[in-house]
Amino acid sequence: MFGNKKPSENTNHSPSHIAFLKSQHRYRLQIKLSQVGLLVGFILLWELAATLRWIDPFFFSKPSSIVKLIINLAKDGSIFKHTGISVFETVVGFVIGTILGTGIAIILWWSEFFAKVFDPYLVVLNALPKIALGPIIIIWAGAGMQGIIVTALTISIIVTIMATYNGFREVDSEKIKMLKTFGATKFQILQKVVFPASIPNMINTMKINIGMSWIGVIVGEFLVSKAGLGYLIVYGGQVFRLDIVMAGVIILAIATALMYQVVASLEKRFVKWR
Amino acid sequence: MKDEKFVDIKNISMIYHTINGETKALDQLSFEVKKGEIVAIVGPSGCGKSTILSIIAGLLKPTSGMVTINGQKVEGTNKKVGYMFQSDHLFQWRSILANVLIGLEIQNKVNEKSINRVTKLLETYGLGDFQTHYPHQLSGGMRQRVALIRTLATEPDLLLLDEPFSALDYQSRLAVSDDIAKIINQEEKTAIMVTHDIAEAISMADRVIVLSNRPANVKSIYNIELTCNEGEEASPIKCREAPEFRHYFNKIWKELDIHVR
Repeated sequence: MFGNKKPSENTNHSPSHIAFLKSQHRYRLQIKLSQVGLLVGFILLWELAATLRWIDPFFFSKPSSIVKLIINLAKDGSIFKHTGISVFETVVGFVIGTILGTGIAIILWWSEFFAKVFDPYLVVLNALPKIALGPIIIIWAGAGMQGIIVTALTISIIVTIMATYNGFREVDSEKIKMLKTFGATKFQILQKVVFPASIPNMINTMKINIGMSWIGVIVGEFLVSKAGLGYLIVYGGQVFRLDIVMAGVIILAIATALMYQVVASLEKRFVKWR
Repeated sequence: MKDEKFVDIKNISMIYHTINGETKALDQLSFEVKKGEIVAIVGPSGCGKSTILSIIAGLLKPTSGMVTINGQKVEGTNKKVGYMFQSDHLFQWRSILANVLIGLEIQNKVNEKSINRVTKLLETYGLGDFQTHYPHQLSGGMRQRVALIRTLATEPDLLLLDEPFSALDYQSRLAVSDDIAKIINQEEKTAIMVTHDIAEAISMADRVIVLSNRPANVKSIYNIELTCNEGEEASPIKCREAPEFRHYFNKIWKELDIHVR
């Protein structure tokens, strides 16, 4: 019945429970259908509006020509090259940002003095739109892949430090005291309670960081303009080929969504005790 | 064995300093605990009861005075002391067995022998089937029993209990205090328990120490002698029915009441 925690184990449902399950199933199906319907409706309307010249296809492009373009770009392989480069830069920036940011957060947690000293700098750096640093980074780190990765890193690392450090500090002080009564060292406190207790928080930070790293990569590619999805988008804009811009954005949306799913699956694996 | 002096608290004072001033929490507080005894400390809320336990555990250094356990001066945390908190503080990402082993893990004492001993403790106290469960699957009373076994796992001689039942509802509270008193007696441990529940103190303890308002010192000490203790299976719940129970309760209640006003 309703109070049964594991309905899957109970095959003899009462009629009212079967009705309940059915209504739940129908509700979920309605949501899914509406989601798909919204997308399909939008694409159809766009296609129709461009074909009937309600909107100027020169400025708005249209779904059919975007699909044709993506197929062509896939045939000559350039779409895979651009996507691959951008994904690589994002993953490298994201991984370095997460590891380095977590490391710095651990140092700040370890030494309250350090944390207090760096606090105002972190606050300013966090508030500063890091994109403004883009041109400086490109000049310092080089107008190539390194510059783009460093841009992605700069944008993601500050958020990682702040979010992870704050997560560390929110760990119940009584739990830390409990470990101290057993004679735990500072490293053991980090290893046994602070770090594991912060894993859900760290995964949330990673979810935000995927987006942050992508911002850094796209901005970096805008500035460097050699290859990648950011380059594709900027190039399309410059030569007024809106279908290239749209294709770039669509592939970008798919790539970010997939990377987000990878992090979300980490959550399922590491936070199974929830 | 019962007459041996085990814990000696001598003239401890504690002053907390903050930017806004200082607070005197304990004032020249002294008492003794004998081996195998359960001593309860009751006092008005905020009088510094928990501070006393933190000092005995070596987590806090008193401003003056000293504590000795078995003749040894307390300086820093001591592996012979086990601490039990108001909340169970089980780690929800660890299974019950892994939770219970945390203290041994910290002291690098996890081996086949110690795991066997801990498993046996879990089995003895009705948690054998829950070793691979996670804390959120257990009731509050069971979790508190797990917390006690976690404390016992490192084989402390002295147990410090800081309002260990106050997070439980009334029924679990009675049942768990019964269980825990039995466990402490069976394992022949010495225990100091802080509580604000007078009935709990009288039913579980051999002696009850009443503290004054802040800054706390010892107001009076009661030796609890209830006729229920003569039976084979003395239990705190039964002890609540002893004829002397109300007599102690009224006395301690009056003593506390004066200081609350």
